[in-house]
Amino acid sequence: MNAAIKSERSWGRRAVVLMPYLWLAIFFLVPFAIVLKISLSQTAIAQPPYVPVFDLAAGWQGLQDFFARLTLDGYRLIVSDPIYLFSYFKSLQVAGVSTAILLLIGYPIAYGIARSPRGLQPLLVMLVVLPFWTSFLIRVYAWINILQRDGLLNDVLMRLHIIHEPAVWLASDTAIYIGLVYSYLPFMVLPLYATLEKMDETLLEAAADLGCPRWKAFWQVTVPLSLPGAAAGTLLCFIPIVGEFVIPDLLGGSRTLMIGQTLWTEFFFNRDWPVASAVAVALLALLVLPILLYERLQQRQLQGLR
Amino acid sequence: MRRTSRFNVVSVALGLAFLYLPIAILVIYSFNASRLVTVWGGWSLTWYRALLHDNAILQAASISLRVAALSASAATVLGTCAAVALVRFGRFRGRLLFSGMVYAPLVMPEVITGLSLLLLFVALNVDRGFWTIVIAHTTLTLCFVTVIVQARLIGFDRSLEEAAMDLGCPPLKTFLTVTLPLIAPAIAAGWMLAFSLSLDDLVIASFTTGPGATTLPIRIYSQVRLGVKPEINAVCTIMIAVVALGTIAASLTMKRGAARRERAALGAQV
Repeated sequence: MNAAIKSERSWGRRAVVLMPYLWLAIFFLVPFAIVLKISLSQTAIAQPPYVPVFDLAAGWQGLQDFFARLTLDGYRLIVSDPIYLFSYFKSLQVAGVSTAILLLIGYPIAYGIARSPRGLQPLLVMLVVLPFWTSFLIRVYAWINILQRDGLLNDVLMRLHIIHEPAVWLASDTAIYIGLVYSYLPFMVLPLYATLEKMDETLLEAAADLGCPRWKAFWQVTVPLSLPGAAAGTLLCFIPIVGEFVIPDLLGGSRTLMIGQTLWTEFFFNRDWPVASAVAVALLALLVLPILLYERLQQRQLQGLR
Repeated sequence: MRRTSRFNVVSVALGLAFLYLPIAILVIYSFNASRLVTVWGGWSLTWYRALLHDNAILQAASISLRVAALSASAATVLGTCAAVALVRFGRFRGRLLFSGMVYAPLVMPEVITGLSLLLLFVALNVDRGFWTIVIAHTTLTLCFVTVIVQARLIGFDRSLEEAAMDLGCPPLKTFLTVTLPLIAPAIAAGWMLAFSLSLDDLVIASFTTGPGATTLPIRIYSQVRLGVKPEINAVCTIMIAVVALGTIAASLTMKRGAARRERAALGAQV
């Protein structure tokens, strides 16, 4: 290989890595540092509404002042005020329950698709993915049409004489769960389908030949082999649901706030940026472990493709 | 010995019904002449006509489309670079941090990404508006492009690239004439996904927007909070139609492209 090609190669390589690297460093990594810093600041009625502001011109003295004035007030508030703790637990509870429901509903669907005729599978997968391409907001909004007081669900139930007065569906936990399960279903079905589809069916035949009943073969062969898909689907749903804002805001009641809503309220209505940042840092701390787990799974899956 | 049991058919059918029924209801009721959801007043295009005169919605739609086109394009370039770096470059300095930054935004709650970007723009003293949303959406969507392109890069035969290089083709030219055409479908799919994610985003846009830059989701959200409106049903139906047509067109072109490639490969063997 001659020198010209080599130098073109190294320059080209550097540019290819550096462009996305710098972009993500500036617009993804640095912002987190700023959130961390502001979460340690004091609230002020000013623009921007926090002190201290880092003052480069003041030099060493400015740096000392800056560190001297950092405080843990934001964190102290979110630990001492039950509203914040409550919304953390609420988020974890909602995310846990809805992920469990998603697994229960998503598994039979993924299994059904993986066992359908080969030619039909791409079409079925596309049908599951297609709603994901339409707007998230639209899909949540579609449920308001159905669940509101004079909506379709009450209408149908009353015509069938199951209920006699319009029931309240909106502004409840039930509505949140319906919205979450509906919106995140493709995220659960796709990873499950990917592992179930790859499964070697001769294993099941072998089990059957050896006299293993079908349900037992399902539990002892199919389920363990589909665990990576189940883990990926679970993380892919659980992590974003913990921080979900739109669904609980539109479908849920105003009394029970999830952490995403608390952050939103702190920021947009109370204009308390340090507390909003502290809530964000605490939320992130909660999610670091699942996010790292997810990244490891992702890496392993890509290595499997290789 | 593939048997399709009744249980499998029922679970898939129920699953699809659950996914499509609410959307179907939304579409049908956008043609309802009556303002009330439960009262069917006959088919009508009233709400679509009302939309044509709703300047706020039209303007929001135009902003959203421009933001989506710009950020999807930027995200496609950056995301493809990131995918090439991760798959082809082996170990380089800072790889672990790099791959961490690429995958994290995929699952990061939007409220955190939105808040942190806003605080960055405030710290830099940037006027918030159209361009800050474009930057925010580029950051969010480039990771999705990377994942899609990466899967394609891992899946294809490297010997073609190696053959070109062995014959003295410089790396950049090899990339442009051999690699790029092979991963083009994935790049196109990545662009479309980035475009639709940007068009869809409410939370991050709400944090990073400024005066005069109201995107369609922000507009819809502020209307929806006040209750169901037939006009919103009509807007949503149009968006669904655009997405459905786009997806069908994309899958058709991809299928045709795949068929052509297969024929070419067969021809090469003969």
